[in-house]
Amino acid sequence: MTRTHVVAAAMLAAALVAPAFVYPIFLMKLLCLALFACAFNLLVGFAGLVSFGHAAFLGMGGYVAGYVIKAWGLTPELAMLCATAVAAALGFAMGRLAIRSHGIYFSMITLALAQLVYFLCLQAPFTGGEDGLQGVPRGKLFGLFSLADDVHAYYFILAVFAFGFLAIYRIVHSPFGNILKSIRENEQRALSLGYDVSHFKLVTFVLSAAISGLAGAAKTVVFGFATLNDVHWHTSGDVLLMTLLGGIGTIWGPVAGSTLVVTLQSELADTAGSKVTIITGLVFIVCVLSFRRGIVGEFNAWRSRRAASKAEPLAHSRAIVGDAAE
Amino acid sequence: MEVFGIPTQALLGQLVLGLVNGSFYAILSLGLAVIFGMLNIVNFAHGAFFMLGAYLAWLALDNLGIGYWWALLLVPMMMAIVGACIERGLLRRLYELDHLYGLLLTFGVAIVIEGIFRDQFGVSGQSYSVPAQLRGAIDLGFMRLPNYRVYVVVASLFVCLVTWLCLERTKIGSVLRAATENATLVQAFGVNVPLLFTATYAFGAALAGFAGVLAAPIVQINPLMGSNIVVVVFAVVVIGGMGSILGSIITGVSLGVIEGLTKVFYAEASSTVVFLIMAIVLMIKPNGLFGKGVAA
Repeated sequence: MTRTHVVAAAMLAAALVAPAFVYPIFLMKLLCLALFACAFNLLVGFAGLVSFGHAAFLGMGGYVAGYVIKAWGLTPELAMLCATAVAAALGFAMGRLAIRSHGIYFSMITLALAQLVYFLCLQAPFTGGEDGLQGVPRGKLFGLFSLADDVHAYYFILAVFAFGFLAIYRIVHSPFGNILKSIRENEQRALSLGYDVSHFKLVTFVLSAAISGLAGAAKTVVFGFATLNDVHWHTSGDVLLMTLLGGIGTIWGPVAGSTLVVTLQSELADTAGSKVTIITGLVFIVCVLSFRRGIVGEFNAWRSRRAASKAEPLAHSRAIVGDAAE
Repeated sequence: MEVFGIPTQALLGQLVLGLVNGSFYAILSLGLAVIFGMLNIVNFAHGAFFMLGAYLAWLALDNLGIGYWWALLLVPMMMAIVGACIERGLLRRLYELDHLYGLLLTFGVAIVIEGIFRDQFGVSGQSYSVPAQLRGAIDLGFMRLPNYRVYVVVASLFVCLVTWLCLERTKIGSVLRAATENATLVQAFGVNVPLLFTATYAFGAALAGFAGVLAAPIVQINPLMGSNIVVVVFAVVVIGGMGSILGSIITGVSLGVIEGLTKVFYAEASSTVVFLIMAIVLMIKPNGLFGKGVAA
């Protein structure tokens, strides 16, 4: 059992008892956004592609789930499946256009394409325009178990999160994930070794989009509405902040970052009101200037420094898990 | 008189509006291109600078009684100072890192500026009156052409062309272009490259501020006007390709016109047409219409 397993077991135990202590709706919001951040991190942290348009997938997932539940009366898990599929298709379309370019270009293109999706959502007949989709019922899981109770819904969302998180963990710790990291570190070299770099990038983009769509669908199921807010580029900025703050390219970073950001925003919403945006921006600036490794990244760096000073031959290789993408 | 079943008057009216918007796109994407060429930073705060320019003009008139023409001179100077401070204080620390951090930092700056103005003035719009000298309209017989709109197009294209000429034809322009190619070598020749960087960013900010003052009398001044336009300008820059100054001017104006015409023929698509064009251009020419080679 590695240390990662211990951490995971502790987190799971904490998550299972959490609703006894914390408001379940808040926890569910946290899980949805944490899953979103993890999906985003898959692309940014492991493939090195900084998307500025991930709100499109979260928002679209939310709209699709809301629509199929309301209009077709689907159960929540089928709605999530639909949302994931649509987000994956959207990711394929956007990815095809965007992955041909690099670095800043990639970011700008994803941002512009996401803005296109935003305007489509504003005008499309099925999204409810400015009002969004309201009054989406939570429905019954598999048509059997009612999710109306917040605690029941919480365990379902927790399961969804665990599924998404484990999927990402599997992807990262697979031969596929290793190739991704090699592309991130040195794309030319990966290419010269015969890997079809574009193909790997596209697959990652689609996976990341699909899981983001899943997170969006979960969010709609929890709150019962889907609005333009989730498609707006501010959301793309938020997820970037969560990931950056927690630690880009680490497994737990996005979870830590989103916990911090969501907690901060809900705490500040009462006291600071409209100043939340300013504070978010300042945190962003400070992070970029002096905290680029993020919480988990700094922690890992501290641990590997400590291990190195003890000069244990094995410790170093273990501390590499979740190296920060610098 | 009708063209394709659309009254000429509406068509020409939207054409002029499109030209006006296109001039703003041109002047903003020019600033982005100059900053990118020199600092390798995509300045997300450009929209916020544009908004700041419009607000400063409004505040100057409202609180200090400083009129439009003085604002047109003073606001870009103030924006240059703001830009220089941001470059010296913040951006300078990031030059050795991946260029993406520059984008992230300016994104943070944009959020902060936008947040401050939302906090202070709310999201409702302020209005600024057209200066007395430019009120009224020319009657062309088939349509009325508001003087101020004509002036905006002429003024911004003039500024764009002067900037282009300065970059292509003057000594300082050639130094700047050389530093864009290889900053280390230019520094070895005794040019103060860090100062050049600051000046470039300050100039870009001043251009955005200038555009903001130009826009103040014809738009609703609100905190979101910057972020709404910056994403479109990004698309314009992607379509034009990052490398070319003249390319960004041409692309900016023509996309404004296309957007205006879309409003006439198929209004539903007017907000998406720029992004659709971007998608199509990317499929055919991934580096943009005027781009040279792949941006790192």
